[in-house]
Amino acid sequence: MNINLTLIAQLASFAVFVWFTMKFIWPPLVKAMDERKAKIADGLAAAERGEHEQELARERAAEYLHAAKQQAAEITTKAEKQAALIVEDAKSKAQEEGARQLAAAQAEIEQEVNKAREALRAKVAELAVTGAEKILRREIDADAHKDIVETVAEQI
Amino acid sequence: MAGNEITSAEYIKHHLTNLTFGNHPDHGWMLAHTAEEAREMGFWAIHIDTMFWSLGLAALFSYYFYKAAQKASAGVPGPLQNFVEMIVDFVNDNVRGSFSGRNAMVAPLAMTIFVWIFLMNLMDLVPVDLIPWITAHLGIHYMKVVPSTDPNVTFAMALGVFFLIIFYSIKIKGVGGFVGELTGMPFQTSNLLLKPFTTVINLILEGVNLLAKPVSLSLRLFGNMYAGEMIFILISLMYSAGWVMGIFGGGLQFIWAVFHVLVITLQAFIFMVLTIVYLDMAHAEHH
Repeated sequence: MNINLTLIAQLASFAVFVWFTMKFIWPPLVKAMDERKAKIADGLAAAERGEHEQELARERAAEYLHAAKQQAAEITTKAEKQAALIVEDAKSKAQEEGARQLAAAQAEIEQEVNKAREALRAKVAELAVTGAEKILRREIDADAHKDIVETVAEQI
Repeated sequence: MAGNEITSAEYIKHHLTNLTFGNHPDHGWMLAHTAEEAREMGFWAIHIDTMFWSLGLAALFSYYFYKAAQKASAGVPGPLQNFVEMIVDFVNDNVRGSFSGRNAMVAPLAMTIFVWIFLMNLMDLVPVDLIPWITAHLGIHYMKVVPSTDPNVTFAMALGVFFLIIFYSIKIKGVGGFVGELTGMPFQTSNLLLKPFTTVINLILEGVNLLAKPVSLSLRLFGNMYAGEMIFILISLMYSAGWVMGIFGGGLQFIWAVFHVLVITLQAFIFMVLTIVYLDMAHAEHH
Protein backbone atom coordinates (compact mmCIF):
# COMPACT_ATOMS: atom_id res chain seq x y z
CA MET A 1 0.00 0.00 0.00
CA ASN A 2 2.99 2.26 -0.37
CA ILE A 3 3.41 4.70 -3.20
CA ASN A 4 6.87 4.03 -4.53
CA LEU A 5 8.94 3.41 -7.63
CA THR A 6 6.19 1.14 -8.91
CA LEU A 7 4.26 4.29 -9.79
CA ILE A 8 6.99 5.50 -12.14
CA ALA A 9 7.48 2.06 -13.62
CA GLN A 10 3.75 1.69 -14.17
CA LEU A 11 3.56 5.12 -15.72
CA ALA A 12 6.32 4.20 -18.16
CA SER A 13 4.79 0.86 -19.04
CA PHE A 14 1.41 2.51 -19.50
CA ALA A 15 2.95 4.97 -21.93
CA VAL A 16 4.72 2.22 -23.86
CA PHE A 17 1.59 0.14 -23.90
CA VAL A 18 -0.55 2.97 -25.23
CA TRP A 19 2.07 3.74 -27.83
CA PHE A 20 2.16 0.12 -28.92
CA THR A 21 -1.61 -0.06 -29.23
CA MET A 22 -1.71 3.18 -31.13
CA LYS A 23 1.05 2.18 -33.49
CA PHE A 24 0.53 -1.50 -34.19
CA ILE A 25 -2.87 -2.65 -33.03
CA TRP A 26 -5.44 0.03 -33.61
CA PRO A 27 -4.74 1.21 -37.19
CA PRO A 28 -4.75 -2.18 -38.98
CA LEU A 29 -7.87 -3.28 -37.14
CA VAL A 30 -9.80 -0.12 -37.87
CA LYS A 31 -8.59 -0.17 -41.46
CA ALA A 32 -9.75 -3.74 -41.94
CA MET A 33 -13.09 -2.97 -40.35
CA ASP A 34 -13.60 0.10 -42.49
CA GLU A 35 -12.68 -1.86 -45.58
CA ARG A 36 -15.12 -4.58 -44.68
CA LYS A 37 -17.80 -2.00 -44.05
CA ALA A 38 -17.20 -0.52 -47.49
CA LYS A 39 -17.22 -3.99 -49.03
CA ILE A 40 -20.51 -4.88 -47.39
CA ALA A 41 -22.04 -1.58 -48.47
CA ASP A 42 -20.87 -2.24 -52.03
CA GLY A 43 -22.30 -5.73 -51.94
CA LEU A 44 -25.63 -4.47 -50.69
CA ALA A 45 -25.73 -1.78 -53.35
CA ALA A 46 -24.88 -4.36 -56.02
CA ALA A 47 -27.61 -6.66 -54.77
CA GLU A 48 -30.12 -3.84 -54.92
CA ARG A 49 -28.97 -2.94 -58.41
CA GLY A 50 -29.29 -6.57 -59.48
CA GLU A 51 -32.78 -6.74 -58.08
CA HIS A 52 -33.74 -3.60 -59.96
CA GLU A 53 -32.26 -4.97 -63.17
CA GLN A 54 -34.13 -8.20 -62.72
CA GLU A 55 -37.34 -6.26 -62.29
CA LEU A 56 -36.63 -4.38 -65.52
CA ALA A 57 -35.82 -7.59 -67.36
CA ARG A 58 -39.04 -9.15 -66.14
CA GLU A 59 -40.99 -6.17 -67.41
CA ARG A 60 -39.19 -6.31 -70.73
CA ALA A 61 -39.86 -10.02 -71.03
CA ALA A 62 -43.55 -9.46 -70.34
CA GLU A 63 -43.61 -6.80 -73.04
CA TYR A 64 -41.92 -9.11 -75.53
CA LEU A 65 -44.31 -11.89 -74.69
CA HIS A 66 -47.29 -9.63 -75.20
CA ALA A 67 -45.99 -8.40 -78.56
CA ALA A 68 -45.24 -11.94 -79.68
CA LYS A 69 -48.74 -13.08 -78.76
CA GLN A 70 -50.23 -10.21 -80.70
CA GLN A 71 -48.08 -10.97 -83.69
CA ALA A 72 -48.98 -14.62 -83.56
CA ALA A 73 -52.67 -13.75 -83.44
CA GLU A 74 -52.25 -11.47 -86.46
CA ILE A 75 -50.43 -14.14 -88.38
CA THR A 76 -53.11 -16.70 -87.60
CA THR A 77 -55.89 -14.39 -88.75
CA LYS A 78 -54.03 -13.63 -91.92
CA ALA A 79 -53.38 -17.29 -92.58
CA GLU A 80 -57.01 -18.16 -91.97
CA LYS A 81 -58.09 -15.47 -94.39
CA GLN A 82 -55.67 -16.73 -96.99
CA ALA A 83 -56.77 -20.29 -96.51
CA ALA A 84 -60.40 -19.28 -97.02
CA LEU A 85 -59.38 -17.41 -100.12
CA ILE A 86 -57.55 -20.40 -101.50
CA VAL A 87 -60.45 -22.73 -100.82
CA GLU A 88 -62.84 -20.29 -102.46
CA ASP A 89 -60.58 -20.02 -105.46
CA ALA A 90 -60.25 -23.77 -105.80
CA LYS A 91 -64.01 -24.17 -105.55
CA SER A 92 -64.73 -21.71 -108.29
CA LYS A 93 -62.03 -23.21 -110.50
CA ALA A 94 -63.45 -26.67 -110.02
CA GLN A 95 -66.92 -25.45 -110.84
CA GLU A 96 -65.67 -23.79 -113.98
CA GLU A 97 -63.81 -26.89 -115.02
CA GLY A 98 -66.84 -29.04 -114.34
CA ALA A 99 -69.05 -26.80 -116.44
CA ARG A 100 -66.52 -26.80 -119.22
CA GLN A 101 -66.21 -30.56 -119.23
CA LEU A 102 -70.00 -30.93 -119.08
CA ALA A 103 -70.37 -28.64 -122.08
CA ALA A 104 -67.73 -30.57 -123.97
CA ALA A 105 -69.40 -33.86 -123.17
CA GLN A 106 -72.79 -32.50 -124.20
CA ALA A 107 -71.36 -31.21 -127.48
CA GLU A 108 -69.79 -34.57 -128.18
CA ILE A 109 -72.99 -36.34 -127.36
CA GLU A 110 -74.92 -34.04 -129.66
CA GLN A 111 -72.42 -34.66 -132.39
CA GLU A 112 -72.72 -38.37 -131.89
CA VAL A 113 -76.49 -38.11 -131.92
CA ASN A 114 -76.42 -36.07 -135.12
CA LYS A 115 -74.05 -38.53 -136.69
CA ALA A 116 -76.22 -41.42 -135.68
CA ARG A 117 -79.30 -39.59 -136.92
CA GLU A 118 -77.60 -38.88 -140.27
CA ALA A 119 -76.59 -42.53 -140.52
CA LEU A 120 -80.05 -43.66 -139.51
CA ARG A 121 -81.65 -41.30 -141.97
CA ALA A 122 -79.44 -42.61 -144.79
CA LYS A 123 -80.20 -46.15 -143.74
CA VAL A 124 -83.94 -45.52 -143.59
CA ALA A 125 -83.85 -43.86 -146.97
CA GLU A 126 -81.98 -46.78 -148.31
CA LEU A 127 -84.35 -49.19 -146.60
CA ALA A 128 -87.34 -47.30 -147.92
CA VAL A 129 -85.93 -47.27 -151.35
CA THR A 130 -85.07 -50.94 -151.04
CA GLY A 131 -88.57 -51.69 -149.76
CA ALA A 132 -90.15 -49.55 -152.38
CA GLU A 133 -88.00 -51.12 -155.03
CA LYS A 134 -89.12 -54.50 -153.88
CA ILE A 135 -92.71 -53.42 -153.90
CA LEU A 136 -92.48 -51.49 -157.13
CA ARG A 137 -90.20 -53.81 -158.95
CA ARG A 138 -93.17 -55.33 -160.26
CA GLU A 139 -94.95 -52.17 -161.30
CA ILE A 140 -92.80 -48.97 -161.25
CA ASP A 141 -89.56 -47.75 -162.44
CA ALA A 142 -87.21 -46.56 -159.70
CA ASP A 143 -86.27 -43.45 -161.57
CA ALA A 144 -89.82 -42.42 -162.25
CA HIS A 145 -90.73 -42.35 -158.52
CA LYS A 146 -87.49 -41.24 -157.08
CA ASP A 147 -88.65 -37.81 -155.96
CA ILE A 148 -91.55 -39.29 -153.98
CA VAL A 149 -89.27 -41.69 -152.20
CA GLU A 150 -86.87 -38.90 -151.36
CA THR A 151 -89.60 -36.74 -149.96
CA VAL A 152 -90.66 -39.55 -147.70
CA ALA A 153 -87.12 -40.14 -146.56
CA GLU A 154 -86.76 -36.42 -145.91
CA GLN A 155 -89.72 -36.50 -143.56
CA ILE A 156 -88.43 -39.29 -141.39
CA MET B 1 -3.18 -20.12 4.09
CA ALA B 2 0.41 -19.99 5.09
CA GLY B 3 0.50 -22.00 8.28
CA ASN B 4 -2.27 -22.87 10.69
CA GLU B 5 -1.12 -20.83 13.63
CA ILE B 6 -1.54 -17.39 12.05
CA THR B 7 -4.39 -15.18 13.17
CA SER B 8 -7.05 -13.71 10.95
CA ALA B 9 -5.44 -10.29 11.15
CA GLU B 10 -2.12 -11.71 10.07
CA TYR B 11 -3.76 -13.60 7.25
CA ILE B 12 -5.42 -10.44 5.92
CA LYS B 13 -2.30 -8.39 6.31
CA HIS B 14 -0.31 -11.03 4.54
CA HIS B 15 -2.69 -10.91 1.62
CA LEU B 16 -2.44 -7.16 1.38
CA THR B 17 1.35 -6.99 1.26
CA ASN B 18 3.13 -6.71 -2.03
CA LEU B 19 6.29 -8.54 -2.96
CA THR B 20 8.56 -5.54 -2.58
CA PHE B 21 12.10 -5.13 -3.75
CA GLY B 22 13.84 -1.98 -2.62
CA ASN B 23 16.57 -0.12 -0.85
CA HIS B 24 16.21 -0.70 2.89
CA PRO B 25 18.02 1.92 4.98
CA ASP B 26 19.63 -0.78 7.14
CA HIS B 27 20.06 -3.72 4.79
CA GLY B 28 20.51 -2.15 1.36
CA TRP B 29 18.78 -3.55 -1.79
CA MET B 30 16.71 -6.58 -0.87
CA LEU B 31 13.29 -8.22 -0.94
CA ALA B 32 11.18 -7.04 1.96
CA HIS B 33 10.45 -9.85 4.44
CA THR B 34 7.66 -8.02 6.23
CA ALA B 35 5.23 -5.22 5.56
CA GLU B 36 7.19 -3.05 8.00
CA GLU B 37 10.38 -3.54 6.04
CA ALA B 38 8.57 -2.67 2.84
CA ARG B 39 7.32 0.55 4.42
CA GLU B 40 10.77 1.46 5.66
CA MET B 41 12.10 1.24 2.13
CA GLY B 42 10.21 4.44 1.28
CA PHE B 43 9.97 5.51 -2.30
CA TRP B 44 12.89 3.49 -3.63
CA ALA B 45 11.11 0.21 -3.80
CA ILE B 46 9.22 -1.61 -6.48
CA HIS B 47 6.35 -4.06 -6.23
CA ILE B 48 7.57 -7.02 -8.21
CA ASP B 49 4.24 -8.86 -8.12
CA THR B 50 2.33 -5.82 -9.37
CA MET B 51 4.83 -5.25 -12.16
CA PHE B 52 4.87 -8.92 -13.11
CA TRP B 53 1.11 -9.36 -13.32
CA SER B 54 0.33 -6.03 -14.96
CA LEU B 55 3.08 -6.38 -17.55
CA GLY B 56 2.23 -10.04 -18.08
CA LEU B 57 -1.39 -9.16 -18.75
CA ALA B 58 -0.32 -6.29 -20.97
CA ALA B 59 1.90 -8.67 -22.91
CA LEU B 60 -0.95 -11.15 -23.22
CA PHE B 61 -3.26 -8.44 -24.52
CA SER B 62 -0.60 -7.09 -26.88
CA TYR B 63 0.21 -10.53 -28.23
CA TYR B 64 -3.34 -11.52 -29.09
CA PHE B 65 -4.41 -8.13 -30.36
CA TYR B 66 -1.22 -7.78 -32.37
CA LYS B 67 -1.81 -11.19 -33.89
CA ALA B 68 -5.35 -10.20 -34.79
CA ALA B 69 -4.17 -6.86 -36.18
CA GLN B 70 -1.56 -8.54 -38.36
CA LYS B 71 -4.05 -10.93 -39.84
CA ALA B 72 -6.86 -8.40 -40.06
CA SER B 73 -8.42 -8.30 -43.47
CA ALA B 74 -11.65 -7.10 -44.96
CA GLY B 75 -12.69 -10.70 -45.59
CA VAL B 76 -14.65 -12.98 -43.31
CA PRO B 77 -13.07 -12.60 -39.84
CA GLY B 78 -11.88 -15.55 -37.79
CA PRO B 79 -12.94 -16.03 -34.16
CA LEU B 80 -9.99 -14.10 -32.67
CA GLN B 81 -10.37 -11.25 -35.12
CA ASN B 82 -14.08 -11.20 -34.51
CA PHE B 83 -13.59 -10.93 -30.77
CA VAL B 84 -10.95 -8.22 -31.09
CA GLU B 85 -13.06 -6.29 -33.56
CA MET B 86 -15.99 -6.45 -31.21
CA ILE B 87 -13.91 -4.69 -28.55
CA VAL B 88 -12.54 -2.20 -31.07
CA ASP B 89 -16.05 -1.44 -32.25
CA PHE B 90 -17.29 -1.04 -28.70
CA VAL B 91 -14.48 1.38 -27.83
CA ASN B 92 -14.88 3.21 -31.12
CA ASP B 93 -18.58 3.72 -30.51
CA ASN B 94 -17.87 5.20 -27.09
CA VAL B 95 -15.17 7.49 -28.43
CA ARG B 96 -17.40 8.67 -31.25
CA GLY B 97 -20.24 9.28 -28.84
CA SER B 98 -18.27 11.27 -26.30
CA PHE B 99 -15.29 12.74 -28.10
CA SER B 100 -15.99 15.54 -30.53
CA GLY B 101 -12.43 16.56 -31.44
CA ARG B 102 -10.09 14.93 -33.91
CA ASN B 103 -7.31 12.98 -32.27
CA ALA B 104 -5.98 9.63 -33.42
CA MET B 105 -4.66 8.90 -29.96
CA VAL B 106 -7.87 8.88 -27.94
CA ALA B 107 -9.42 5.68 -29.26
CA PRO B 108 -6.29 3.49 -28.89
CA LEU B 109 -5.74 5.03 -25.46
CA ALA B 110 -9.30 4.22 -24.47
CA MET B 111 -9.00 0.66 -25.69
CA THR B 112 -5.70 0.15 -23.88
CA ILE B 113 -7.22 1.45 -20.67
CA PHE B 114 -10.36 -0.63 -20.99
CA VAL B 115 -8.70 -3.92 -21.83
CA TRP B 116 -5.79 -3.55 -19.46
CA ILE B 117 -7.90 -2.55 -16.48
CA PHE B 118 -10.37 -5.29 -17.29
CA LEU B 119 -7.64 -7.91 -17.38
CA MET B 120 -6.05 -6.65 -14.17
CA ASN B 121 -9.43 -6.63 -12.47
CA LEU B 122 -10.13 -10.09 -13.81
CA MET B 123 -7.30 -11.44 -11.67
CA ASP B 124 -9.62 -10.76 -8.77
CA LEU B 125 -11.76 -13.71 -9.82
CA VAL B 126 -8.87 -16.11 -9.36
CA PRO B 127 -9.37 -17.65 -5.90
CA VAL B 128 -7.43 -15.43 -3.49
CA ASP B 129 -5.27 -18.18 -2.07
CA LEU B 130 -4.49 -20.10 -5.26
CA ILE B 131 -1.57 -18.17 -6.71
CA PRO B 132 -0.05 -17.14 -3.32
CA TRP B 133 -0.20 -20.82 -2.30
CA ILE B 134 1.65 -21.88 -5.48
CA THR B 135 4.28 -19.16 -5.14
CA ALA B 136 4.72 -19.89 -1.44
CA HIS B 137 5.76 -23.39 -2.45
CA LEU B 138 8.22 -21.82 -4.90
CA GLY B 139 9.72 -19.81 -2.04
CA ILE B 140 8.04 -16.46 -2.75
CA HIS B 141 6.36 -15.35 0.41
CA TYR B 142 4.25 -12.40 -0.70
CA MET B 143 2.15 -12.37 -3.83
CA LYS B 144 -0.63 -9.92 -4.58
CA VAL B 145 -2.10 -10.97 -7.88
CA VAL B 146 -4.58 -8.17 -8.60
CA PRO B 147 -2.53 -5.24 -9.89
CA SER B 148 -5.47 -2.84 -9.77
CA THR B 149 -5.61 -3.19 -5.97
CA ASP B 150 -2.20 -1.54 -5.91
CA PRO B 151 -2.68 2.25 -5.80
CA ASN B 152 0.56 2.63 -7.74
CA VAL B 153 -1.12 1.13 -10.78
CA THR B 154 -4.29 3.16 -10.63
CA PHE B 155 -2.43 6.37 -9.85
CA ALA B 156 0.02 5.74 -12.66
CA MET B 157 -2.80 5.38 -15.17
CA ALA B 158 -4.68 8.36 -13.81
CA LEU B 159 -1.51 10.45 -13.88
CA GLY B 160 -0.91 9.39 -17.47
CA VAL B 161 -4.39 10.58 -18.34
CA PHE B 162 -3.82 13.75 -16.29
CA PHE B 163 -0.65 14.58 -18.21
CA LEU B 164 -2.50 14.08 -21.45
CA ILE B 165 -5.28 16.39 -20.28
CA ILE B 166 -2.76 19.12 -19.50
CA PHE B 167 -0.79 18.48 -22.67
CA TYR B 168 -3.80 18.70 -24.96
CA SER B 169 -5.31 21.62 -23.08
CA ILE B 170 -2.14 23.60 -23.70
CA LYS B 171 -1.73 22.29 -27.22
CA ILE B 172 -5.24 23.17 -28.31
CA LYS B 173 -5.82 26.37 -26.36
CA GLY B 174 -2.30 27.59 -25.80
CA VAL B 175 -0.79 28.38 -22.43
CA GLY B 176 -2.82 31.57 -22.25
CA GLY B 177 -6.02 29.79 -23.06
CA PHE B 178 -5.40 27.10 -20.48
CA VAL B 179 -4.51 29.59 -17.78
CA GLY B 180 -7.48 31.70 -18.81
CA GLU B 181 -9.70 28.69 -18.42
CA LEU B 182 -8.34 28.12 -14.93
CA THR B 183 -8.68 31.72 -13.81
CA GLY B 184 -11.42 33.27 -15.91
CA MET B 185 -14.26 31.02 -14.81
CA PRO B 186 -16.77 30.58 -13.32
CA PHE B 187 -16.74 34.14 -11.85
CA GLN B 188 -16.28 36.85 -14.42
CA THR B 189 -15.88 40.56 -13.84
CA SER B 190 -14.71 43.58 -15.74
CA ASN B 191 -14.06 45.52 -12.54
CA LEU B 192 -10.26 45.83 -12.20
CA LEU B 193 -10.45 45.99 -8.43
CA LEU B 194 -12.40 42.77 -8.20
CA LYS B 195 -10.33 41.01 -10.85
CA PRO B 196 -7.53 39.66 -8.58
CA PHE B 197 -10.15 38.49 -6.14
CA THR B 198 -12.16 36.48 -8.71
CA THR B 199 -8.97 35.18 -10.29
CA VAL B 200 -7.84 33.61 -7.04
CA ILE B 201 -11.23 32.12 -6.33
CA ASN B 202 -11.50 30.80 -9.87
CA LEU B 203 -8.03 29.30 -9.68
CA ILE B 204 -8.90 27.51 -6.46
CA LEU B 205 -12.18 26.21 -7.82
CA GLU B 206 -10.86 25.17 -11.21
CA GLY B 207 -7.64 23.83 -9.72
CA VAL B 208 -9.61 21.54 -7.45
CA ASN B 209 -11.75 20.59 -10.41
CA LEU B 210 -8.68 19.72 -12.45
CA LEU B 211 -6.87 17.83 -9.71
CA ALA B 212 -10.01 15.94 -8.78
CA LYS B 213 -9.96 14.24 -12.16
CA PRO B 214 -6.91 11.99 -11.70
CA VAL B 215 -7.61 11.53 -8.00
CA SER B 216 -11.16 10.42 -8.55
CA LEU B 217 -10.18 8.24 -11.50
CA SER B 218 -7.54 6.34 -9.59
CA LEU B 219 -9.25 6.19 -6.22
CA ARG B 220 -12.51 4.98 -7.69
CA LEU B 221 -10.83 2.04 -9.38
CA PHE B 222 -8.51 1.36 -6.47
CA GLY B 223 -11.30 1.56 -3.90
CA ASN B 224 -13.62 -0.75 -5.78
CA MET B 225 -11.00 -3.35 -6.45
CA TYR B 226 -9.45 -3.15 -3.01
CA ALA B 227 -12.82 -3.57 -1.36
CA GLY B 228 -13.72 -6.43 -3.66
CA GLU B 229 -10.45 -8.18 -2.91
CA MET B 230 -10.96 -7.58 0.79
CA ILE B 231 -14.35 -9.25 0.70
CA PHE B 232 -12.88 -12.25 -1.08
CA ILE B 233 -10.23 -12.45 1.63
CA LEU B 234 -12.83 -12.22 4.38
CA ILE B 235 -14.93 -14.91 2.72
CA SER B 236 -11.92 -17.18 2.42
CA LEU B 237 -11.36 -16.74 6.19
CA MET B 238 -14.56 -18.74 6.67
CA TYR B 239 -12.92 -21.83 5.22
CA SER B 240 -10.85 -22.21 8.37
CA ALA B 241 -13.95 -22.05 10.61
CA GLY B 242 -15.34 -25.53 10.17
CA TRP B 243 -17.02 -27.22 7.23
CA VAL B 244 -20.49 -25.67 7.75
CA MET B 245 -19.01 -22.19 7.53
CA GLY B 246 -16.83 -23.42 4.72
CA ILE B 247 -19.80 -24.45 2.58
CA PHE B 248 -21.56 -21.19 3.43
CA GLY B 249 -18.40 -19.32 2.47
CA GLY B 250 -18.22 -21.20 -0.81
CA GLY B 251 -21.74 -20.07 -1.64
CA LEU B 252 -20.90 -16.51 -0.68
CA GLN B 253 -17.76 -16.57 -2.74
CA PHE B 254 -19.71 -17.71 -5.79
CA ILE B 255 -22.32 -14.98 -5.34
CA TRP B 256 -19.70 -12.31 -4.77
CA ALA B 257 -17.70 -13.50 -7.79
CA VAL B 258 -20.77 -13.28 -10.02
CA PHE B 259 -21.46 -9.80 -8.73
CA HIS B 260 -17.80 -8.93 -9.14
CA VAL B 261 -17.89 -9.81 -12.83
CA LEU B 262 -20.17 -6.81 -13.18
CA VAL B 263 -17.96 -4.63 -10.99
CA ILE B 264 -14.71 -5.33 -12.82
CA THR B 265 -16.27 -4.67 -16.22
CA LEU B 266 -18.02 -1.58 -14.98
CA GLN B 267 -14.86 -0.15 -13.41
CA ALA B 268 -12.87 -0.68 -16.60
CA PHE B 269 -15.68 0.91 -18.59
CA ILE B 270 -15.99 3.91 -16.25
CA PHE B 271 -12.27 4.56 -16.34
CA MET B 272 -12.34 4.45 -20.13
CA VAL B 273 -15.39 6.67 -20.55
CA LEU B 274 -14.15 9.26 -18.06
CA THR B 275 -10.80 9.36 -19.82
CA ILE B 276 -12.57 10.05 -23.10
CA VAL B 277 -14.76 12.70 -21.52
CA TYR B 278 -11.84 14.44 -19.78
CA LEU B 279 -9.85 14.50 -23.00
CA ASP B 280 -12.88 15.82 -24.84
CA MET B 281 -13.08 18.64 -22.31
CA ALA B 282 -9.39 19.31 -22.83
CA HIS B 283 -10.02 19.60 -26.57
CA ALA B 284 -13.16 21.67 -26.32
CA GLU B 285 -12.80 25.42 -26.57
CA HIS B 286 -15.48 27.03 -24.52
CA HIS B 287 -15.61 30.76 -24.28
